[in-house]
Amino acid sequence: MASITLKDIVKRYGDGFLAVDDVSLEIADGEFVILVGPSGSGKSTVLRMIVGLEDITAGELEIDGRRVNEKAPRDRDLAMVFQNYALYPHLTVAENIAFPLRLAKGKHSEQEIRAKVEHAADLLDLREHLDRKPANLSGGQRQRVAMGRAIVRDAKAFLFDEPLSNLDAKLRGQMRTEIARLQRRLGTTTVYVTHDQTEAMTLGDRVAVLRKGVLQQVASPRGLYEQPVNLFVAGFIGTPPMNFLPGRVSGGRIALPFGEFDLPDRVRDVVGERDLVIVGLRPEHFEDARLVDPSKKDRGHTFEAQVDVTEWLGADLYAYVPFEMPDSVKGMLDELDRELDGEGMRTQFVVALDSASRVRDGETTELWFDPTKMMIFDPESSENLTRDPEEAERVERENEEDRRASLERAKKQEARV
Amino acid sequence: MGSVLSTRARVWWAVITVVVLVGSLFPVLSIFMTSFKSSAEINSGTFLPPSWSSENYEQILSPSGSAQELFLSALRNSIGISLIATFIAVVLATLCAYAIARLAFPGKRLILTTALGVSIFPVVSIVTPLFNLWRNIGLYDTWLGLIIPYLSLTLPISIWTLAAFFRQIPWELEQAAQVDGATPWQAFRKAIVPLAAPGVFTTALIAFFIAWNDFVYGISLTSTSAARPVPAALAFFTGASYFEQPTGAISAAAVVVTIPVVVLVVLFQRQIVSGLTQGAVKG
Repeated sequence: MASITLKDIVKRYGDGFLAVDDVSLEIADGEFVILVGPSGSGKSTVLRMIVGLEDITAGELEIDGRRVNEKAPRDRDLAMVFQNYALYPHLTVAENIAFPLRLAKGKHSEQEIRAKVEHAADLLDLREHLDRKPANLSGGQRQRVAMGRAIVRDAKAFLFDEPLSNLDAKLRGQMRTEIARLQRRLGTTTVYVTHDQTEAMTLGDRVAVLRKGVLQQVASPRGLYEQPVNLFVAGFIGTPPMNFLPGRVSGGRIALPFGEFDLPDRVRDVVGERDLVIVGLRPEHFEDARLVDPSKKDRGHTFEAQVDVTEWLGADLYAYVPFEMPDSVKGMLDELDRELDGEGMRTQFVVALDSASRVRDGETTELWFDPTKMMIFDPESSENLTRDPEEAERVERENEEDRRASLERAKKQEARV
Repeated sequence: MGSVLSTRARVWWAVITVVVLVGSLFPVLSIFMTSFKSSAEINSGTFLPPSWSSENYEQILSPSGSAQELFLSALRNSIGISLIATFIAVVLATLCAYAIARLAFPGKRLILTTALGVSIFPVVSIVTPLFNLWRNIGLYDTWLGLIIPYLSLTLPISIWTLAAFFRQIPWELEQAAQVDGATPWQAFRKAIVPLAAPGVFTTALIAFFIAWNDFVYGISLTSTSAARPVPAALAFFTGASYFEQPTGAISAAAVVVTIPVVVLVVLFQRQIVSGLTQGAVKG
């Protein structure tokens, strides 16, 4: 177990392409950190630099306070699970898992190796497959063998490179909880790369969001969700994604595509002299006006909206409302959409309504929204103007307390078993 | 492959298979039978030898045999030249194919097309200039004088088969092994070599057979038993007397030279299994 520190890490390829630009990140002992970003954000490159498969152009990488930039992968004592598993096809499952132990010649007796392999197999429910070859296993089983190979040798840290992206949706959900359970139980420092924001939110103690090789924000999932630093983070975290609407400010009121409203005091101060801003509203901050709790209703505003399409999902009802986007902000939001691997489709916003709502396709209906949850972004710098640093700090503090408590619980449980 | 054939199609396939098998194996069997006929019975007209005789084998193998000198030296030449040519071809082709499969460098396509071009060039058209050149520089009737042209036959096909094979190897395994604690050499030996070996074996066999079967270079670039390989030597067999045809001895020699080929295939049958790389990566 170990802490990992990245200090101003830079990766520039031979052809001059800057893949990772000045990333600094501190990963505490036993922490589960996620590197997340759309494709081409440099997240895998960072991971491969940590494990030593990629040279570091500039900056310093420390494991347990010791510089390891020049060390070969084998001397860093890290275990990695590859995206396509990279199992040795000529070896059985047991030999695949035992491979790292056998490489450390003379360190383990034959008996020890067998005991360790069986322990790992039990953890991952692989007991009855030990004698089979990887070719005869299902995708999920191969994934577990790859994890077995990683956990068998008590490495200082686990590194995962998009380990679930080759599995189908149901198995992905199962393996996700499996990884979380295993990490808690073993308490091993873990760095996990993914492009899937759901995995990032559910697994990570902290999440580092990357964009074009630049670190945008490192925070707890809740911190990212409630206090994003800019448009990119706000748009990347959350499903369905946050709605971005153009807002014209004049005389303490803001004109949104669906109506004009009074600005809350908190927001009015940060907007300052700007007359055009980008307003971020999460889908769940809207509600069907007929279903809003009367006590809550006065806090928000109601407006008329023409619903284009609805999706009923059992627990929620998503309704899509088209709107007009002025050209001055359209360019910026289109570019953001492309960066987030989107398709630059029609301008519409999504609202998540109570599933009891009877709003249907093509209807004109009354919607309600809560302006206090509104985020305001600067259209030039894309910075989040409504971010509350104190509140963000509080969230992080709580998150850190929760993490320690849960590690503590896991340790106690382990001791009892 | 799992598609079910109709009865009609299956019958046709069976018929075609039998025809091909009989067509290709009957001559071999016929030669085998002829090799056991004594010189008096050679023209008996029967398929099976009337009485099994080892006379022909004695002629080419026993110390007192009339063709023993000719045959054994040719066999020695064939084995030696083919093995050396195969070894050099496989080593060079492995290095070349490794570079082609793993590295991006300018001229990659040029190498492959050149190799293909060399292999489709007719042997007969270059054998005469080669004959003159070899005589002038002293390579005529030497082992090296045959190994070099054999390389031109075996290298292109070795490069092509190995490059195709190496492209399928999941090279990420090498990195996985390094992370697991292997040195770069260990990673190559323990993760890559076991996967590459079947391809190299198969290629070596193909290269060996090409060199082993060659006739045109063998007969044109040699003149004595110093370098003459078996296929060429068979043409120089003579009967026991002027009036006898050497048919029996040639048949016996043909059977003997087939044996190494059969032995090699049987020996390495298990190495020539495809699909060994299955299961390394996502399904």
